[in-house]
Amino acid sequence: MRPHELLTPTPSGLYCPPADVYIDPVRPVARALITHGHADHARAGHGAVLATRETLGIMAVRYGAAFTQQQQVATWGERVRIGEVGFTFHPAGHVLGSAQIAVDAGGLRIVASGDYKRAADRTCTAFEPVRCDVFITEATFGLPVFRHPDTAGEVAKLLDSLTLFPERCHVIGAYALGKAQRLVALIRDAGYDRPIHVHGAMEKLMGFYEAHGVPLGDIHKVVAAERKTLAGEIVICPPSAVQDLWARQLPDPVTAFASGWMRIRARARQKGVELPLIVSDHADWDDLCATIREVGAPEVWVTHGQEDALVRWCAMNGIRARPLRLAGYGDDGEADGEMPTAAS
Amino acid sequence: MTADLNSFAWLLDRLAYEPRRNGKLALMTDYFRRTPDPERGHALAAMTGQLAFANAKAGLIRSLITDRTDPELFALSYDYVGDLSETVALMWPAARPRDGIGHNLPAPTLAGIVAALAEAEKRELPTLLADWLDQLDETGRWALLKLITGGLRIGVSARLAKTAVAGLGALPTDAIEEVWHGLTPPYEALFAWALGEGPEPEADDPAPFRPAMLAHPMEDADFDRLDPAAFSAEWKWDGIRIQASSGLDAQDRRVTRLYSRTGEDISGAFPELVEAMQFDAAIDGELLVLREGRVQSFNVLQQRLNRKTVSARLLAEYPAHVRAYDLLVDGTEDIRALPLSERRQRLEALLAAKQPARFDISAELPFTTWDDLAAARAEPGSVGAGADADAIEGLMIKRSDSAYVPGRPKGLWFKWKRAPGLIDCVLMYAQRGHGKRSSFYSDFTFGCWRTGENGDELVPVGKAYFGFTDAELTELDRFVRKNTINRFGPVREVTHTATSGLVLEIAFEGLQRSTRHKSGVAMRFPRIHRIRWDKPPGEADRLDSIERLMVRTSATGSEPEG
Ligand SMILES: [Zn+2]
Ligand SMILES: [Zn+2]
Repeated sequence: MRPHELLTPTPSGLYCPPADVYIDPVRPVARALITHGHADHARAGHGAVLATRETLGIMAVRYGAAFTQQQQVATWGERVRIGEVGFTFHPAGHVLGSAQIAVDAGGLRIVASGDYKRAADRTCTAFEPVRCDVFITEATFGLPVFRHPDTAGEVAKLLDSLTLFPERCHVIGAYALGKAQRLVALIRDAGYDRPIHVHGAMEKLMGFYEAHGVPLGDIHKVVAAERKTLAGEIVICPPSAVQDLWARQLPDPVTAFASGWMRIRARARQKGVELPLIVSDHADWDDLCATIREVGAPEVWVTHGQEDALVRWCAMNGIRARPLRLAGYGDDGEADGEMPTAAS
Repeated sequence: MTADLNSFAWLLDRLAYEPRRNGKLALMTDYFRRTPDPERGHALAAMTGQLAFANAKAGLIRSLITDRTDPELFALSYDYVGDLSETVALMWPAARPRDGIGHNLPAPTLAGIVAALAEAEKRELPTLLADWLDQLDETGRWALLKLITGGLRIGVSARLAKTAVAGLGALPTDAIEEVWHGLTPPYEALFAWALGEGPEPEADDPAPFRPAMLAHPMEDADFDRLDPAAFSAEWKWDGIRIQASSGLDAQDRRVTRLYSRTGEDISGAFPELVEAMQFDAAIDGELLVLREGRVQSFNVLQQRLNRKTVSARLLAEYPAHVRAYDLLVDGTEDIRALPLSERRQRLEALLAAKQPARFDISAELPFTTWDDLAAARAEPGSVGAGADADAIEGLMIKRSDSAYVPGRPKGLWFKWKRAPGLIDCVLMYAQRGHGKRSSFYSDFTFGCWRTGENGDELVPVGKAYFGFTDAELTELDRFVRKNTINRFGPVREVTHTATSGLVLEIAFEGLQRSTRHKSGVAMRFPRIHRIRWDKPPGEADRLDSIERLMVRTSATGSEPEG
């Protein structure tokens, strides 16, 4: 079997013809395999869904228990056979429950890695490299300028600012799934043990993480009447709420934003950010390159972001590579991939 | 935090994002507090524009990165980031210090970089720079590249940086300004003084800047309150307020500097004044351009501003001159504490003795009542200003016993600017307004008389939307409806002949020549000052009288208020 016979891009998403299933389809299909709970990967309305227990749980939190007619739990490392094709889920280190899906048939193995990162993160299981013939990699930060710094330094920036401006509320825009919880964990790990206040839209997922063994300390939902009393506190809210009236009613807010895009000054300024925190749940350039070497695939398909530079890097390193243009990812305002405007 | 370039870079990074003045001050003061000498002093020098690395060009940085990265990857990255220094800082292939592992060599300090660059030969620069880039983190590399290419924009003025130093203790910023020009990086004595750990630094600069004394606008109520006998008055010239400071250094060499009102050294732009300053003194005055003894408008003076070098032609065509208002230092004696009347006598004596070319004294205006001054303000030409009246912005009224106090102290100096221009115009067209005024004719086009081919005609000179009360608007609206002679869509033409029509007294802030307007003039902020129901349109103003006004008013609003 040739690789494109096993997995092929279609308008509905990445399709596996011999098994008649889709990976992360963007339209409702009969049977879907979902890598992780971000809204651009996990949509409601499929006939059947195969995903990790955490991802299924996250989809239920977001879309209600009836998000699909039939749920099937994928366990780490356990091969699920559909027709002649085997599907094995491996941790991707992106958000809680996030998986890479290894697809094998007739001695050929393709790994669709979904979104992934390599940096340490105690809120999800770490990425596991899987040797394969074709590696499908994301390229959200697929330019050599994206090199995420040590997260401890970024959190230090936040805590320094709190010390310097103790009368100002520090409001941080962060995506509701994954980023927000990781940020809380990082702040806790830096020794901050005061309550952390979160926007109402985040409360449920915070609870979900806690229930799945990720302690986040004292999390406090912001109620409207209390907003004025949050001077000197940390408030985390969805990116869309940062520039809203919602955030403006906080006392003298310092506007922070946690994202890999904060690396580029023009981007941070464009968003009116005063305290950019470079914290990403995607691999940076160095980690993308290291991962491609590590999985040892002679062929790489690049999707989901800055494909050109990574394809070029592969060519320079003797690896066959091509961009895989998949529609519909990174445009729903949730994942890190939402941030760029015109350039990507 | 260690005191290397990375930590200064952090400060610069935070400053670049912090929009609030107080936020910037807190960040800088905090940095100065926790950073030791001499590093913080070099940082202060960098932020006040006192560090000059003239060596590195963008080309050098490009060649360094080209040696280390794939051109295609670089092009994609540069295209995406849009800034050379930032692209190079981020792409630079250095061992990264993730989770604390990475560097072998400590990052360079700003002090070390300044010292090394001062000694380095040009050919050593690439190696030096590459080593530093290897040792710094992304933010540090960005700051270094911005510093050495002169591209650092952090949104902090020198004044604000000095205010942050003052914030280390209880010093006023002006106290730092006083000694500033006598100090050099790394300012150890300054920091010690600001922290209350050392004495005021010796100002050994023989020609330092002294912070300027500024005036408050004269309010109507002031006239009843203030006794005219306690004040002196002079013209407020429409030039650039300067300080001409000159003295001898320890080796008896003359040091001469011309400062702007904010303490910026502008000597380089006015070599003829520097040459003329053969005196030991600090003079507060107005920089003007004089041609054949006549003061030129601010527009003319503008040709001399913001220039690093000046050509012989410029010197000849725009000869600079200082009209002296005040004397702050006489010889080596600081006389700012003396009353203005005594300083004035000293100033007269100094100018009489030294007769410096290009310097004269600002005349005092005789007056006994405020009404005398009001008359002078209304018609400067009639009280001795002569042809220079056009370059007069108003009056300065100063307490004769006032000391020279930096900043804007209350109750000592006042400025009384000339009234805005007033002209009588004839209403020509009216248009419906917007919003709640949409049922009224509230946008008015008015004109002045000029001589046309068939005798006198009205030419539109401007449009006004406000200046009238609601009651007046109702009357104007009624006038428009009753006197319409033509309609063009939403616009009505109203009667406007020499004998029938409505005269509007229009107030405005300025006039400019304009090719877009039929009349050749454009008014700034025109508004209806009074409705002259009594005045026949034939007696309204003519265009040539506006053109005469133009010379006088065109220069207003150019320099921030003194
Ligand atoms: Zn994702
Ligand atoms: Zn994604």
